[in-house]
Amino acid sequence: MKQRDFFRSLPIDGMQPQRRLSISQATHIDTPLFAALLLLSAYGLTVLYSASSGQMHVIERQATFLGIGFAVMIVAAQIPPMIYKRYASFFYLLGLILLITVLWKGIGAKGAQRWLALPGLPRFQPSEIMKLAVPIMAAHYFSKRIIPASARSLIGAIIILVIPALLIAKQPDLGTSLLILSSGIFVIFLAGISWRLIFMGTGLAVAAAPALWFTMHDYQKQRVLTFLSPERDPLGSGWNIIQSKTAIGSGGIYGKGWLEGTQSHLDFLPESSTDFIIAVLAEEFGLLGAVVLLGLNFFIVARGLIISLEAQDTFSRLLAGSITLTFFVYVFVNIGMVSGILPVVGVPLPLVSVGGTSIVTLLAGFGILMSIETHRHWLSH
Amino acid sequence: MADHLNFKNPQRELSVHRQRIYVAFALSLLMALALIGRLAYLQIVQHELYTTQSDKNRVQLEAVAPTRGLIYDRNGVLLADNQPSFSVRLVPERIKNLDETLALIGTYIPISKDHLKRFHKHHKKRRRPFEAVPLKFNLDEKEISSIAVNQHQLPGVEIAADLIRHYPHSDLFAHALGYVGRINEREAEILDPENYSATHYIGKVGIENYYEDSLHGRVGYQKVEKNAHGRIINLLERLDPTPGENLRLTLDVRLQKIATESLGKRNGAVVAIDTLKGDILAFVSTPTYNPNLFVTGISQKDYSALRDSRDRPLFNRALRGQYPPASTVKPFIGLAALENKVTSWNYSITDPGWYKLENDTRLYRDWKKWGHGKVNLEKAIIESCDTYFYGIAHKLGIDPLHDFMAQFGFGERVGIDLKGEVKGILPSSFWKRATRGVIWYPGETLNAGIGQGYMLTTPLQLATATAILANKGKKVYPKLFKNSQQEPGEAPQAIPLQQQEDWLKMHDAMIKVSHSLHGTARSAARGAKYKIAGKTGTAQVLGIGQEEEYDEEKIATYHRDHALFIAFAPADRPQIAIAVIVENGGSGGSNAAPIARKIFDAYLTPPENNVPLHKLPPQSRQRATINPL
Repeated sequence: MKQRDFFRSLPIDGMQPQRRLSISQATHIDTPLFAALLLLSAYGLTVLYSASSGQMHVIERQATFLGIGFAVMIVAAQIPPMIYKRYASFFYLLGLILLITVLWKGIGAKGAQRWLALPGLPRFQPSEIMKLAVPIMAAHYFSKRIIPASARSLIGAIIILVIPALLIAKQPDLGTSLLILSSGIFVIFLAGISWRLIFMGTGLAVAAAPALWFTMHDYQKQRVLTFLSPERDPLGSGWNIIQSKTAIGSGGIYGKGWLEGTQSHLDFLPESSTDFIIAVLAEEFGLLGAVVLLGLNFFIVARGLIISLEAQDTFSRLLAGSITLTFFVYVFVNIGMVSGILPVVGVPLPLVSVGGTSIVTLLAGFGILMSIETHRHWLSH
Repeated sequence: MADHLNFKNPQRELSVHRQRIYVAFALSLLMALALIGRLAYLQIVQHELYTTQSDKNRVQLEAVAPTRGLIYDRNGVLLADNQPSFSVRLVPERIKNLDETLALIGTYIPISKDHLKRFHKHHKKRRRPFEAVPLKFNLDEKEISSIAVNQHQLPGVEIAADLIRHYPHSDLFAHALGYVGRINEREAEILDPENYSATHYIGKVGIENYYEDSLHGRVGYQKVEKNAHGRIINLLERLDPTPGENLRLTLDVRLQKIATESLGKRNGAVVAIDTLKGDILAFVSTPTYNPNLFVTGISQKDYSALRDSRDRPLFNRALRGQYPPASTVKPFIGLAALENKVTSWNYSITDPGWYKLENDTRLYRDWKKWGHGKVNLEKAIIESCDTYFYGIAHKLGIDPLHDFMAQFGFGERVGIDLKGEVKGILPSSFWKRATRGVIWYPGETLNAGIGQGYMLTTPLQLATATAILANKGKKVYPKLFKNSQQEPGEAPQAIPLQQQEDWLKMHDAMIKVSHSLHGTARSAARGAKYKIAGKTGTAQVLGIGQEEEYDEEKIATYHRDHALFIAFAPADRPQIAIAVIVENGGSGGSNAAPIARKIFDAYLTPPENNVPLHKLPPQSRQRATINPL
């Protein structure tokens, strides 16, 4: 018996009409999550204003995308999780087709071919669709299988996430590819794959790392080398990381004050509005500002994990967990690379770095989280 | 396994999920704490290190080049100044593709292969990060605007204004002033790295080189806040540089011009000295060159043209040219003979047109084939009789001749304030043994007696000796610039003569060279409102065989005789002494003497409208960098 049918068979009088009328239930918006996201966005805009040296058009553009993102989030929250599940394969296949299209019809920028311009649609990156389509598909895949997942069921899951990851890596967009891969891996992890397999997989990945080196592009190798020793070429590839560490370190505990960061305002810090924006924040607001940012982000992660715990079916549980943990990976990888404990991969700081469609995708993911939280069926017992 | 049964166990599923979520939560918490730890490490533990790093980033102590001292002539006419010049420079750190950018600039303004070659040479040299490398200097208005308009396509390309040395009189003073040029690597090694930290130019030759220390000044500093592109955002502190000293030379632009113009296209040299103070009034060597070409780097083509020219325009003839003084030494030889009592003003000979040593068949010929008849010392000076001087030189002997002549500075450096002066040769028996390893032959004394043979002098030496002669033995120490410290020196030495009136008698003889019927310089002195005391000379370039005759028509120009003239005026109260050499000019009386005459006229009869004394302009101009956008 499918779960849907199981719920349908429940007696209707088991529901509690009073609880249904709560604001959260009526609007399908999760208040704590919504508030945290709103705060984070406001904080991000404040930092971006400084990072972009007060260029209002940058702020307006970012605010516009945030507006669209929040709207999409609210809409996504209205759609019951079952609908996502039902169209999982459709989304996934559509995403795959677009990814293949982008490889031979895509528009390039900085040597990578990531954009697609379809007639009647704004320019977009098909990989954005995959950020949601892969975890949805993987969650859908495991929802039909016994949890904890067996080793055999793993094969299908791996195929689901490796194909888009490879296609995106080929663009090349290693950052997004790894994020999509990890969103799939989180589903597998949450699906209860045995610890033995997890350790084996980790061991295999470590062993395969040298092989990965030979398939990397020159600029990617350069980034790894720079990460290992930024002083190797302080004016060239090491510049970014040296300057961002200088920005963070010179900020101290309390920071230099808003709009007072010399590293970013004198252009020493590259990419200060995009991937390296946390360095601006840490320079101007100090360790305290950075802890507040991390606190907000961690609150969002914690809330997402609670939603996953409270979810009532396999699909929702896996999807909510995966979206939440992937979000945390963004935060961790971004801050980790800017502070020099991870190699530089192009990962933005969610809702703070200047961005376009990626903001919308991210907030759409949170919309799905809210949908999962607010479409729960209230049981009488 | 459960999988086979395809049967769900909600209880098991929930517990597995909960367990996994807890693990994920714990891991996330750990990772977040790791990030906070990392940030705390950077922001607390390493805070000081990075604060220093950040300040070092933005605040830079920059050296500010001092403005180079200006150079004036004795009347305050500007001879060397600093003019703003616009150059296009590239900051390689800000340029992605250097070759593309260079090609793009080439489409806006003409860039030659020479420019590119020098650019790449500069680029390879050690330099600070974000220091601009010059590509082309002296941009004109059109070139500046072509670059400025297209600046948006040329990141890392900037137009900079610099103060560049400029010589308004172009080639007129090249051999005295010299020029400045960009510091090369060899020079950079020996320069004071601190004082020259912002300076790009250094005096290479001439006055610019000799007085480099005074002209350069003292470096200044400024503490500036700079952005990553090296652009100055804020001036925090400034210690102004001390500008270089302005030099007022002894040269007179009027005399310099007249001397240069009168030499015209002929190669030669003119040195005019104030007999009282030793001021060098004119210092000319022709052909000359345009020193402005050297300032920002001369093109290969221009340089090889100068270097390979047969006329050797880069050669400073006044300072380094060594010529036989020929008959211009006769007044000095005459005094030497008088002093050593081998002749007297009354002693005379009958000149057959040649002189012959005992036990020697060789005839030492006079320039006048048939001789001068009865000749005493005065007539021998006036008509420049060689035979008379062969005789007294022979009686004198080379070593007494050397010792007397040495007092006039022959064979020694004058000690002028220019580098590279040469000694000339004042031969002696000792000199010949030392340099040639053979003994002195009596016949060689005869040649020395008429300023030929081994004897070589520079135009500067000749002019100095003439000034001493005019001063009745009182020595002068010629200088182009007089330090105030050197001015009140001890009373100059004087050459003692047993008979002081010999000075005046020799002056009289030299006056008659210019002002008597048979004087060799009479045509040049005709109509002068003052008396000129002079002596002509015609120096052989080519050895003439015993029976051969010198035929000017048949000899190539560069084998013709050098024309020489030394003189001072006014003869009764000398103020100025001059030495003129015209290479391959022919006879001294008709070719060299008229040049001296023009200089005398200009110096002794000043024009109606005197050149006004220019006020020294203030030195407030500083290096400036402009951003054309």
